[in-house]
Amino acid sequence: MAELTPPFPPGRYPIVIVGSGPGGLQLSTSLTARNIAHAVLSQDEAPGGMFRRFPLFQRLITWSKRHSPVGAGTRSYEWYDWNTLLADNPARRALLPEFMDGTSIFPTRAEMERSLVTFAERSEVRVRYGCRWEGIRRGEDGFALETSDGEYSCRVAVFAVGMAEPWKPAIPGIDAVPHYVDTLPVREYANKRVFIIGKRNSAFELADALHPWARQIVLASPRPAVISLYSRSASASVRARYVVPYEDYLLGGGTLALDASIDRIERLGEIWRVHTTGTTTPGSLTFDADAVIAATGFTTPLGTLRALGLKTFSRDRIPSLTPFWESVTVPGIYFGGAISTGAVGLRKYGLSSLSGSVSGFRHNMRVLAEHLARTAFQAALPRRVLSPTQVVPYLMAEVGSAPELWNQRAYLARAVSVGEDGRIVDEGILPLQFFLDSSGPDGVAITVETDDRGEHRSGVYVRHRGVVTERVLPAGPLLTFDTPDHRAQLYDLLKPLLPSGAL
Amino acid sequence: MVERSEIVDTMAGLALFADLTRAQVEGVSHTFEEQWFADGERILRQGLGGSALYVILEGEAAVHIDGQRRAGLSRGDFFGEISVLLGDPPSADVVAVGSVRCAVLAGPDVETFLLTYPRVMYRMLQAAARRLRQANQWRS
Repeated sequence: MAELTPPFPPGRYPIVIVGSGPGGLQLSTSLTARNIAHAVLSQDEAPGGMFRRFPLFQRLITWSKRHSPVGAGTRSYEWYDWNTLLADNPARRALLPEFMDGTSIFPTRAEMERSLVTFAERSEVRVRYGCRWEGIRRGEDGFALETSDGEYSCRVAVFAVGMAEPWKPAIPGIDAVPHYVDTLPVREYANKRVFIIGKRNSAFELADALHPWARQIVLASPRPAVISLYSRSASASVRARYVVPYEDYLLGGGTLALDASIDRIERLGEIWRVHTTGTTTPGSLTFDADAVIAATGFTTPLGTLRALGLKTFSRDRIPSLTPFWESVTVPGIYFGGAISTGAVGLRKYGLSSLSGSVSGFRHNMRVLAEHLARTAFQAALPRRVLSPTQVVPYLMAEVGSAPELWNQRAYLARAVSVGEDGRIVDEGILPLQFFLDSSGPDGVAITVETDDRGEHRSGVYVRHRGVVTERVLPAGPLLTFDTPDHRAQLYDLLKPLLPSGAL
Repeated sequence: MVERSEIVDTMAGLALFADLTRAQVEGVSHTFEEQWFADGERILRQGLGGSALYVILEGEAAVHIDGQRRAGLSRGDFFGEISVLLGDPPSADVVAVGSVRCAVLAGPDVETFLLTYPRVMYRMLQAAARRLRQANQWRS
């Protein structure tokens, strides 16, 4: 992949992106499509980021369906293929299913890596590989990035470095416990008692892989497991891919999934002793195990960014970001890829965005490219002008099939503005929070949402004379919105904005 | 990297969680989401459904109704519970005054949480009773 003469020698660039995982690749190709010059640096030797190694047991939890109700390569198809990056050129879309062997809708790690490499090749994403980011400081008109190849300066720096650093909570004795990334081949756990710290996807991924081998598996963490089948959210802590060990627990098959804080861990010769205290059910429990694994997640490698005053949350693991993924405390520093989860959004009914996975952050990165082009570089990008009669059908079509809205529920919205002169402009895909909290002309933003009963519906946010009102349109059992009744309801909501006779 | 248990210490120091054991507070700290809000940012939005229960861990916030400031909130105060309990959109905005750090519990999780930790529910009732008394005194 590396070019004979590496691109982007040290020097000054308008934007520097650090990282060549899916986040860095998506942002780079989206900036290039908008003619915004930038450099991409990566410590790796090839594209792919975390998918060059993870998930550990080699299959993703997010679907890519070769066959779907809509045509492959269309924009709507992106909802059925959560793992391929986005391209304006149809020839570069729907890449991943090309490489899948038909045994599952969940691609293997190798298939995912291959699709990212192919995307980088076909989209001609240029990256300076083998260039390690080592430090950052404020410089003239922006920032100075220190790297293994020399110094780069830029107005805007985007860190798409993944949440890639193994992380453990502060528990006495945990330092000696192997992290998820250090899990041994499964045969090493044959007939052993395995204690897994954690009850999120990586913990259940381990439990699922070790299930045919281990004598007993105990999963424990303070918070109850949140299963996507119950919460109807893809951002739940456990996806359907890994529910077999949980079912085993529910049926009393031997696996345990306990809500308990881990007080301390001891090494007693060949065995481990784990002391716990129940959280949802009080009481102390002590476990002897032959192996303990900390499936406690990852943190963001922030390095010297902290010295610039970066504010973080989630036990100091994630930078706190604006709706457009800029640090709330260090303007000019943006975060891409999975770290874009630092822009939390509204979390309506408790549902998180999918910004922590490719399915969500690929859309974020395209919105970020558009935002940077317009605001930081004043690029004159065209916007579609709509006639009054086009507005309702356009919004209904968007809520019915726009992948941005379905992947990023109550997080990304399609927005349309209405100027004082009556000119109706498609404002594109925007963070819903930005639309709600920014002043602006009259307009409407429309989303896909899931409420507390698990019902999928559309949120309609109408801004009229500076006041935003919210209404919801239920989808019905067939998940369709484009019915005469929906159109009539939406038109009714838009009456203050549109001239009469617009339906 | 090993985290600090700072958020557990912070939550344990609040009256709302004062009756819980250390292990329970740790469980609660994992059940709530931590979130920072910048100065002027809306934490709770008047009229917008699907909101949550918020507990202020650091900083101050202001309650606005139709744009008018009505009250102030500070460390240990909680809000959003009325909207969650009644299933109605909030009747006020709550806006960050300076940088504010909150613990946030999603609306659909509140009932299970309060039934799991009845001592927290009792503390919440006490606080609601104080607010009611204050409102009645203000009216008379």
